[in-house]
Amino acid sequence: MAVPKIVGIETELGVMVHGTDDWNPVSASSLVINAYVGRQAGRVNREMSLISWDFLGESPGADARMPGDFDFAYPPEVDTHLVNTVLTNGARYYVDHAHPEISTPECATALSAVLYDRAGELIAIDSMTAAQKLLPEGQEIVLYKDNSDRKGNAYGCHENYLLARETPFPDIVAAATTHFITRQIYTGSGKVGSELAGVGSTSVPYQITQRAEHFEEEVGLETTLKRPIVNTRDEPHADPARYRRLHVIVGDANPSQVATFLKVGVSSIVFAMLEDGALKDLPRVRNPVYSLQRVSHDLSLTHPLELDTGKSATSLEIQWDLYRRAIEWSEEYSFKSVGGDDAGSAVLARWHDVLVGLETDPMTLANQIDWIAKLRLIDGFRDRHDCDWDDPRLRLLDLQYHDLRPAKSLAQRVGLEKLVSDDDAMVAATEPPEDTRAYFRGRCLQKFPDEVVAANWDSIVFDLGDDPLRRIPMLEPTRGTKAHVGSILDQSATARELLDKLGA
Amino acid sequence: MAEREQIKKTPGRTSGDEVADSPTASASGEKLKTEIDDLLDEIDEVLETNAEDFVKSYIQKGGQ
Repeated sequence: MAVPKIVGIETELGVMVHGTDDWNPVSASSLVINAYVGRQAGRVNREMSLISWDFLGESPGADARMPGDFDFAYPPEVDTHLVNTVLTNGARYYVDHAHPEISTPECATALSAVLYDRAGELIAIDSMTAAQKLLPEGQEIVLYKDNSDRKGNAYGCHENYLLARETPFPDIVAAATTHFITRQIYTGSGKVGSELAGVGSTSVPYQITQRAEHFEEEVGLETTLKRPIVNTRDEPHADPARYRRLHVIVGDANPSQVATFLKVGVSSIVFAMLEDGALKDLPRVRNPVYSLQRVSHDLSLTHPLELDTGKSATSLEIQWDLYRRAIEWSEEYSFKSVGGDDAGSAVLARWHDVLVGLETDPMTLANQIDWIAKLRLIDGFRDRHDCDWDDPRLRLLDLQYHDLRPAKSLAQRVGLEKLVSDDDAMVAATEPPEDTRAYFRGRCLQKFPDEVVAANWDSIVFDLGDDPLRRIPMLEPTRGTKAHVGSILDQSATARELLDKLGA
Repeated sequence: MAEREQIKKTPGRTSGDEVADSPTASASGEKLKTEIDDLLDEIDEVLETNAEDFVKSYIQKGGQ
């Protein structure tokens, strides 16, 4: 039976320092995060304090630090150790390898994930502004929400889905592979050219996704080399007897909220269907890595994918098949596991409309789907300036689409439909969602910042002074919600009182 | 598969069939053209200068 599809999104941001050649990405990433945390501390009138991430229970590979020296070209009062902090909205904000990375808090619906993803963008924008004050005249740190430097280096936007432990992993691989290859037609954020060796702008002038060309395996544990379409990292951050966390590394970062909504919403429904046994005869796509890239290269959306049934189907046909199964599944099982009827039917309605748009005239989706919005912009620019596909200005349009600075972002200018308001996202930058355990984490950080010494996804550690440190486990992602602990938190004037009430 | 063809409909919505061949297609085409023209005017204003160096300097190592 399907377990609640609690989801989270981790976004690694591209980082550049303009105005100097003397910079390194680790220092620049640390600077933006420290600047943000310092500014938030100032806002709440407290001394700057980083509530650090607790690595207990994490696999060592999750904290692969960048070796070597960190040349320091920035004001000395800024710390350069790899920053890793927890925000009052329950998110994690940290330096991962050589990028700033922000993980949303755990969310119970796709729309909530969109809200916290947008909150993450606003946090990044705030971070750039705060960092600016610490930089020498003429320098500027810029963050990009993209996935590739278009020179062969990629970085991820990972999704995480709570799955039932009892579902056999090979079944997950089968369904996920078919879905991930075919969902690209609405999750891709578009890229000018190809990063594959020997592929020129004549054969691939523009493609649907940023990530597809960086995948070499069907299944595996890697995330930085020989990336697999289905990642096997088994680190549930929850009760391992009940749950898995599917760590999805194959998606693009989406400036479009509609694209993020579908990426998370449809995938949640697909995994819920899998757990309820509604995907038993779903065809498998042959040659997954090749197929992933072919779909990304095929702007006509007509590439026939070879299936294990001996037949072939396009991405659209497979997505329609999944859509029809979802209708039947929802009639039998309801949308309970994906956040309820309103949340589930909103995803289905949008999914339907986008598939119709892709089938009839993709350009009608230029206000919803990133690769189409970007392509429309580039086509218009090519018409106006009469330039060919090798023109560096097209690569600049491609990059600047993802620039997070409001004054420069092209994604903010192409008329993308918004599903959440910036006012709500601004609140979500500091307030946790109320319907997952992120609520408990966030509220504890807001209310007892001096006593919380560390936190991670599945526990919080308190220091009450005299006692040994006290760890509160949070192994159930659906508990610790406002409904569960809101009144206990409200009634506790001190951390000690809270811990006593919880019996911890 | 055939019986599934019957239920393309989303709960609470009509099917998307009416999307095709709308009589206002050409009018909305004109509107889109004006929109993209305005957009391109704005893009010309905000686009970074020196595109070639700008994109060349964008190098992002050490990602997942």
